[in-house]
Amino acid sequence: MADAKIDPEKSFESGSSRHEAGPRCECSPECCGWSSAEGREERYIQESGHWVDRRVETRAGSVPVVRTKLSRLDILGKVKARIGIGRMNYKVEPGLYAVGNARPDSPVFVSANYKLSFDTLRCGLSGLDAWILVLDTKGINVWCAAGKGTFGTDELVERIEKSGLDRVVSHRTLILPQLGAPGVAAHEVTRRTRFKVVYGPVRASDIRRYLAAGMEATPEMRRVRFNIKDRFVLTAIELTNPFKYLVVATAVFWVFTLLGLPLLSWKAWYPYLGAILIGGFIVPVLLPWIPGRPFAWKGWLLGVAWAVFVNFKQGLLPLAAESWEQAVARLLILPAISAFLAMGFTGSSTYTSLSGVLKEMRYAVPAILGSASAGVVFLLIGLLQGF
Amino acid sequence: MREYRHLRNVTTLAYDAEKCTGCGMCSEVCPQAVFFIEDRKAHIRDRDLCMECGACARNCPSAAISVRPGVGCAWAILLSEFKGRTAPSCG
Repeated sequence: MADAKIDPEKSFESGSSRHEAGPRCECSPECCGWSSAEGREERYIQESGHWVDRRVETRAGSVPVVRTKLSRLDILGKVKARIGIGRMNYKVEPGLYAVGNARPDSPVFVSANYKLSFDTLRCGLSGLDAWILVLDTKGINVWCAAGKGTFGTDELVERIEKSGLDRVVSHRTLILPQLGAPGVAAHEVTRRTRFKVVYGPVRASDIRRYLAAGMEATPEMRRVRFNIKDRFVLTAIELTNPFKYLVVATAVFWVFTLLGLPLLSWKAWYPYLGAILIGGFIVPVLLPWIPGRPFAWKGWLLGVAWAVFVNFKQGLLPLAAESWEQAVARLLILPAISAFLAMGFTGSSTYTSLSGVLKEMRYAVPAILGSASAGVVFLLIGLLQGF
Repeated sequence: MREYRHLRNVTTLAYDAEKCTGCGMCSEVCPQAVFFIEDRKAHIRDRDLCMECGACARNCPSAAISVRPGVGCAWAILLSEFKGRTAPSCG
């Protein structure tokens, strides 16, 4: 989420989201999504002219030479993956690829086979001659795959052997994305393959500067970034699922309304849309400026403000005898929705730990469930009195 | 650069300076700059920055660092509860 990632997906590893994913990930949807690809047949994005330029013969066979600019199809695929369409199956075939006029002494970069990670890396290598060794991470970005161990020591060792890398290059150095480090023990790879592992910068866009500095990363290149723009991008996937539920719920209430039970009205509906936007969008974007450290707390705080505002606007505050149930229901339900979604952004954030999120959830989950359940009770009481 | 911190005093990060050889790998792999090297030893700058990714422990050749690695992700934790998985992870 992971950004993470980060924009986990923008990182060389990529993608951060922890998560990706973040995420920083998956973990959060940013990171890895909800569904599992297990048991499915392996399908890879086909090698085609929009991302492969030509093939080059090496001592270990023919290797695709990839382009270093994204085509329109690549960008379309990126947008689709960002909003969750086909992202669990957006992967390239593991193995060796070439960039520019790669020679035996060109550097070797290691990547994941999530196409977004791979695309980010090849763009970062624009103008350079290099090799890319793609590991089989089951279509998951570097950061999250490293956490799961698929971007790991064993896979790297195996992929080095399978690709015949030692026959293709004349040196013995691999440059790994720094965010792959949770899965790879550098000293163990060296012991087993005699390839030396060095960790490059977090972001692919720093690779050229990193190489120019003699493979030295500045402290800034080693840090995961999580600025407002990174967070903004990550909210797209955070909102996908709640919006799906909102559409379903709206459809159900609409059917009731058609059947003569007037449950759906704009006045009753937009408070929920607002609560979702607060938890899934406003809180992530404004994250550092909302007081308090737990994510759920931040969501709850803004959710309460929203509920109070809506109640005032619709004349439910100050409380009146005939409608107090509805006002109370909103004060209980809306903040719970915002808090729950904000808590979910922990997976896309780049700085939460398992221990930290477990601690947060120990308090937040019972509070959210209790508040929402009580709110639904009040809502029903209010409805029943309306008939 | 802004430094983000989640909750205080929660990390499982443990470091044994006795075993440290000062190779610097931990400070190289940490995305949160938790470690720095001084006088040929690693030092912890701020434990609360740790996100328990586990990169330092995995890449420490002298096993001087330990941490319970995991994802700081509420959805993953909820999902692992439902599915009865042992450890929360992505996907």
